[in-house]
Amino acid sequence: MKILRDTWLIFQRSVGITLHNPAWILIGAFQPLLFLVLFGPLLKPLAGTRGFPSGGAFNVFVPGLLVQTALFGTAFVGFGLIAEVRYGVIERMRVTPVNRVALLLGRALRDILVLLIQSTLLTLAAIPFGLRLNGLGMLVVVGLLVLMGLLMVCLSYAAGLWLRSEDALAPLVNTLTMPLLLLSGILLPLSLAPDWLRVLARANPLSYTVDAARALFNEHFTDVSIPQALGILTVLALLAVVGTSRFFSRTTA
Amino acid sequence: MIETRGLRRTFRSRRSEVVAVDGVDLRVEAGEVFGFLGPNGAGKTTTLRMLATLLPPTGGDAWVAGCDLRREPGRVRERIGYVAQGGATDPTVRGRDELVLQGRLYGLSKAEAQRRTSELLAILELQGCADRPIGTYSGGQRRRLDLALGLVFQPRLVFLDEPTTGLDPQGRARMWDEVRRLRDDGTTIFLTTHYLEEADALCDRLAIMDHGKIVAEGTADDLKRQIAGDLVILGINGEPQAAHALLAHEPFVREASCEDGTVRLYVEHGEAAMPAILRALDSAGLELRTISLSRPSLDDVFLRQTGRSLRDAA
Repeated sequence: MKILRDTWLIFQRSVGITLHNPAWILIGAFQPLLFLVLFGPLLKPLAGTRGFPSGGAFNVFVPGLLVQTALFGTAFVGFGLIAEVRYGVIERMRVTPVNRVALLLGRALRDILVLLIQSTLLTLAAIPFGLRLNGLGMLVVVGLLVLMGLLMVCLSYAAGLWLRSEDALAPLVNTLTMPLLLLSGILLPLSLAPDWLRVLARANPLSYTVDAARALFNEHFTDVSIPQALGILTVLALLAVVGTSRFFSRTTA
Repeated sequence: MIETRGLRRTFRSRRSEVVAVDGVDLRVEAGEVFGFLGPNGAGKTTTLRMLATLLPPTGGDAWVAGCDLRREPGRVRERIGYVAQGGATDPTVRGRDELVLQGRLYGLSKAEAQRRTSELLAILELQGCADRPIGTYSGGQRRRLDLALGLVFQPRLVFLDEPTTGLDPQGRARMWDEVRRLRDDGTTIFLTTHYLEEADALCDRLAIMDHGKIVAEGTADDLKRQIAGDLVILGINGEPQAAHALLAHEPFVREASCEDGTVRLYVEHGEAAMPAILRALDSAGLELRTISLSRPSLDDVFLRQTGRSLRDAA
């Protein structure tokens, strides 16, 4: 299949560019690590209060932190793409018979790989704090992170191709990610929130993802949030891939 | 190899519509070096980008490498190489890696792509820097790598957008050699330039473009002859006015003027006209002091067609 071959080629090239500066992978993991070490302990005394989900402070906080990493680790990949457009690399590749979807997917898979490396580091670092893991749950969490990463990466690339300017992309990303973060229950569970805030959060796909990740970490495998999150993310990610690959074939770099 | 009919491209900005390419009719034969000459903003790059499938035309038709550009851009891509104006490389990537990848994007196997890469690196003398990041290359090396990227799958048709802009004289001479070598191998080359010397030195045929339109087309010699003609300057002892009056009516003289003892004649074929001029003056008993023949430059052609000098326009 041409699309698989081309995706693999673009993926290899993109990984090579990332490995040129592997420090960035660690730098990307640094912020969530700070949250883990400097914010996580604040939740310990809260874990007993009424309304706080069961499972213990870190089994509630770390799943959210992984979703946060998937949000902020991917939202800025559009910057790299703007640089590639400016170098003329995208245009050069568009003159070749390369599959248009592969131009997007090869890069997106690199970004998802980076995200999974960061998530693994973060999860391992949380074990000494008392995080408990389970095999099946982790497997599905990886699935959630891949889907969410794919969605966010596509959105960031589409925004980058549309705006063509780092100066415009930065405020856009900041403006959009902040409400997504606050309305997802990542920092504090939404079970603590007043009703109106909880209603508002239902409109945020991320809140389902956080709920599902928490259920998976705490072995609540029948929780309705798990199929909800998987379904919502699959549909959104597919739409994002289709829409953004059109951008890749049409854009006049 | 290329044929266009009424090719047109407009860009909409917020308030107005800008016509970048305004009805271009072209024919490029297989095996020739065809040049697009014109100032910046004339529409050269826009035309090239349309022919290379990067930009959909807003009007007209085109056939590139035997395929209909509008109906089957995918098949056009399989048949052309394209070297963009500003280059197309990431400074952190190594030249060899990028060439192998480019070959594979065109469908070559890994072994084929590697073999072809080594071959091109040798031809373009890039072996020394092939395994360094492209950011460390000199301007000439980077431009030769751009060229290699466009040639990696041995296309029969290559588009070169201002291949020598920004290069030093050495780098330019080097690039000219490569273009000639390609032509000798039978590759059709379509290049744009705003250097007159380049169009003159490289192109079998060329078209002059200004404000989105082709204002003249032909071989460099044709263009110079058709439009400006050759210039013969005669120094006459005694009565230059008589010489002027005598020669102005000869059928091969297009324009004649007389100033300060010299007569200036614009003629169609300078070499053929000179013996006739000499005979006419001799039989009329006029004494010739000096005679010189000068060929018009492409700049004269451009000036005549557009009313401004290419050097000013660029």
